[in-house]
Amino acid sequence: MPVEIERPESAEETHVVPEPDVPWVTLVHNDPVNLMSYVTYVFQAYFGYSKDKAHKLMLDVHHKGRAVVSSGSREEMERDVQAMHGYGLWATLTQDRG
Amino acid sequence: MSSHFEPLAGGGATVRLDEVEVAILRSLAVQLLELIGPGDEPAQGEDPLAALFAEGPSEPPSDPALARLFPEAYADPEAGPPDEELRAASAEFRRFTEKDLRTRKREDALVVVKTLDALAPVGDAGAVLELGSDDCLHWLGALNDLRLTIGTRLDVGEDDESAALYRLPDSDPRKPMVMAYLWLGALQETLVEALMS
Repeated sequence: MPVEIERPESAEETHVVPEPDVPWVTLVHNDPVNLMSYVTYVFQAYFGYSKDKAHKLMLDVHHKGRAVVSSGSREEMERDVQAMHGYGLWATLTQDRG
Repeated sequence: MSSHFEPLAGGGATVRLDEVEVAILRSLAVQLLELIGPGDEPAQGEDPLAALFAEGPSEPPSDPALARLFPEAYADPEAGPPDEELRAASAEFRRFTEKDLRTRKREDALVVVKTLDALAPVGDAGAVLELGSDDCLHWLGALNDLRLTIGTRLDVGEDDESAALYRLPDSDPRKPMVMAYLWLGALQETLVEALMS
């Protein structure tokens, strides 16, 4: 019979462990160099978004300083960030804590 | 420098370039290649497999233009300086992605050099560069990387901040770089339009 080991409660353990089902997001940040038409093109070409959706996301990046362009698992978001860097867009990933 | 891309029937794009424009584009692409650095070809006698599995760097480049081409993946600029956990995540991401990213950017710039070198002799009327669909994508990437690099060097800001940059007197040493930056922007803009038409 397995022995259950009681773990002492520690403050460290309670907040360090990330919740596995909290999704991650890819953020694209505004930069003064990338052309608006090019950013729209990248969102259409890579994510397959419609022209309207791509255009709206581009405007969000431009006016709000950044936009969430995709969400999913950490691995998926790393793939998207890598692709954005390939296109020369300034992208980061973060865990979406609402 | 008023060149612009136009779509080709059946995909691809074309642009007319004069002798000076060809020379400038080629020179900029070569400088970009030098900035990105050499590939990871295995040295004579070294195991090519070892190079294949070699890891990339973990620290961000110190050169600001390179740092912009190869950004930190886990550093949200609005969230303040990243903590140790995020810095470690960025470092690991960089180790596994930066080599491929450099390879891609190098290939883009190389296609620009090769397609320019393949042009027929440039006469007074200029030469007509015709790019297939794949080469258009390489050009698009290289034009963007060139603008990111020059934009970082010129410290380009948002539109209104940069207005002064675009009205420099001819005597300003930055003037040729600004002219090249704006010209590359027009080339990229018309290439995007051609690809989306």
